[in-house]
Amino acid sequence: MRQDGIPPADRRFRPPKNPRITASHHGRQETHVSGPRTGGGDSSPVTVFSTCTVDSVGPDVATCTLNLLRRLGFDARLVRGATCCGQPAWNSGFGTEARRVARRTVKALTRTEGPIIVPSGSCATMIVHHWAELFSGDRLARSAAAVADRTEELSQFLDRRGLADSLPERTGDTASTTVHDSCHGLRGLGIKGESRRLLAAIGTPVTECGTAERCCGFGGTFSVKMPAVSAAMADEKLDDMVASGVSRVVGGDLSCLMQLEGRARRRGLDLEFRHLAEVLDGADPDQAATEGDRR
Amino acid sequence: MTPTVDSPPVSVPVHFIDRADRALHDEQLRAAVRHATDLLMKGRQVALGGLEDSDVVRDEARRIRSRVLSRLPDILDRWATNLEARGGHVHWATDADEAVEIILDIARRRGARLLVKGKSMASEEIHLNSALEARGHEVVETDLGEFIIQLAGETPSHLIAPAIHKDRYDVEKLFTADAGHHVGPDITEEAGYARRRLRSSFLEADIGISGVNCAVAETGTIGLVENEGNGRLCTSVPPVHIAIMGMERIVETWEDLDVILSLLARSATGQPLSVYTNLITGPKRPGELDGPEELHVVVLDNGRSAALGTEYAEILNCIRCGACLNVCPVYRQVGGHAYDSVYGGPIGAVLTPLLNPASPGGRELPEASSLCGACAEVCPVRIPLDDMLLRLRHRDARADSSRMRRLGFSAWSWLWATRPGYALSTAAARRSRGLASRLPSRGWLGAWREFREIPPMGRRDRRSRP
Repeated sequence: MRQDGIPPADRRFRPPKNPRITASHHGRQETHVSGPRTGGGDSSPVTVFSTCTVDSVGPDVATCTLNLLRRLGFDARLVRGATCCGQPAWNSGFGTEARRVARRTVKALTRTEGPIIVPSGSCATMIVHHWAELFSGDRLARSAAAVADRTEELSQFLDRRGLADSLPERTGDTASTTVHDSCHGLRGLGIKGESRRLLAAIGTPVTECGTAERCCGFGGTFSVKMPAVSAAMADEKLDDMVASGVSRVVGGDLSCLMQLEGRARRRGLDLEFRHLAEVLDGADPDQAATEGDRR
Repeated sequence: MTPTVDSPPVSVPVHFIDRADRALHDEQLRAAVRHATDLLMKGRQVALGGLEDSDVVRDEARRIRSRVLSRLPDILDRWATNLEARGGHVHWATDADEAVEIILDIARRRGARLLVKGKSMASEEIHLNSALEARGHEVVETDLGEFIIQLAGETPSHLIAPAIHKDRYDVEKLFTADAGHHVGPDITEEAGYARRRLRSSFLEADIGISGVNCAVAETGTIGLVENEGNGRLCTSVPPVHIAIMGMERIVETWEDLDVILSLLARSATGQPLSVYTNLITGPKRPGELDGPEELHVVVLDNGRSAALGTEYAEILNCIRCGACLNVCPVYRQVGGHAYDSVYGGPIGAVLTPLLNPASPGGRELPEASSLCGACAEVCPVRIPLDDMLLRLRHRDARADSSRMRRLGFSAWSWLWATRPGYALSTAAARRSRGLASRLPSRGWLGAWREFREIPPMGRRDRRSRP
């Protein structure tokens, strides 16, 4: 049983065509994806916290995040033994339960090296802004603060280090793309231009929708506590996307994409939903995923 | 679905989710709310751009309001002393009943038959109209929006635009029934009807009632902003003016008032300043031609002082502009009546459970949010509304949740506090997708699938064809 949430032999994924098996300096066997190492990372260690949403419903996002960072020259590793940041319970008013779960994640992340990169603005906001209160008075308070200091959302990390220029430009990607600004990334971390600059760097122009900054209606347990309101919120964004003529929606949070895509499928709308990590990694929807981390 | 004069009012469901559901099926209501809130938000953006640096002004406004709250009793005292020195009467009401009694007393003493009202949320809070009508007084709402909903037998659904959920065709029905001849749907014609209909009321009224947007302590002034002139008529034509003021609606100086007013209309309607800014310091003085003989201000606590000095104190900084309602994606879908409270939207979802901590209806309102934070972003005095919604969930969730929900979170937390438990459950989630999308389901999975598919996980087939 693998512990990191990336499916090993899920039949739905084909292995990469030319995996380059190397032994890392930690002595573990790792799979590197062949491809241009465009530099920037200088083999410095970074840790990816995949998040529970990714582990439960979209493991590709973790794979793509790792691939992308490695291709940029980082020694990217998936954190082992982390579970969830505690947000589902925290935002529902259940602090004790949130802390119980997040403790496991603090302990796991404390043992890692380098910046902690989260492919979710929402989980990153929880760690950066809410862990201080969650762990207030807890014996892990200092560890939690240290982890929070190291934590960055994916697009934030890439943009701050000027890595946009190291991303390979893609030609032939003509899908008309719009960006959904996830609320917590946007308002909690101030992420807005990051995804657009990164997309521009790989040659993907962005069509802006008027409702880009409006909530998709997910809101964690809100989506199942008030499903009709939640769906109505998604509908307004989806209608705007269809009216804007876009065919692909890119976002930094899988939970929002799951909400929008789930609703779009129910309505039979012809829209494609991709996490930013997937697009930056250059994954082609018609091509099978590459193999993930093998630890 | 919208009740009109012809149809008796439908019973109000107990829970937000059911009221919201009813609103979601009312396409006319949703279209009206969307249209109006979009207009207000666009106006706000333009108007704030007219300030040299709106962020600086907002910070200043927040400081002004917080300074007031930190010394509220002193400041109120100073204001009352100054107003009384100029011939005004100040009444202190601990709760709604006391406030109503004070006003009924004045009405009785004056032998008042007809009362005209300008818009006042505080009067809605104390349910003044029904109390006055029960004692045989006639009350006429003179704000156009309030007049419309009074005819409809409803309550306001927005802080500054009480009839935001109605369009001109609704108004056509209401006015036609009131007039006994056809009125509307031309908006100018409808407004003209209201103006003629209300004019005689202003002239005949024995008492005018208004709210207060912001009092000024240094001179004992009350400030009232409006766009229709009805507020000016209510406060100056009848022989008695009664103003109802939430106890927190005050600043120290005229300079402070300037900062608040520069944000209020901009945030509310996108105007640099409202059409009428009424600044009233006492009743008519000897030799003056206009103004009331008596001025009474009823200062209303009604639960507010319980929030002072707590982590929720900042909610009292609210200047009631309504911007948080206009930007709220939940309010936008369901309108104000879904909240079943005088105050709807994000401010209502925080204020209602604070003012009525024991009311189950109020306590469930913080759940009516996706915690997107848009409300806090637009608030002119930077109230962290989303943080407060979250805090209120922490205050009430455990006591108010079903046993199933409490057990669910507990079981989840023990499972995910361990690596094997987490690995097993995420693997199960990944592998059971097909099953979960086919099997009949209840609970949260059923709630998800009622409106949404379960999207595929891999990169393949990420197009949303069903």
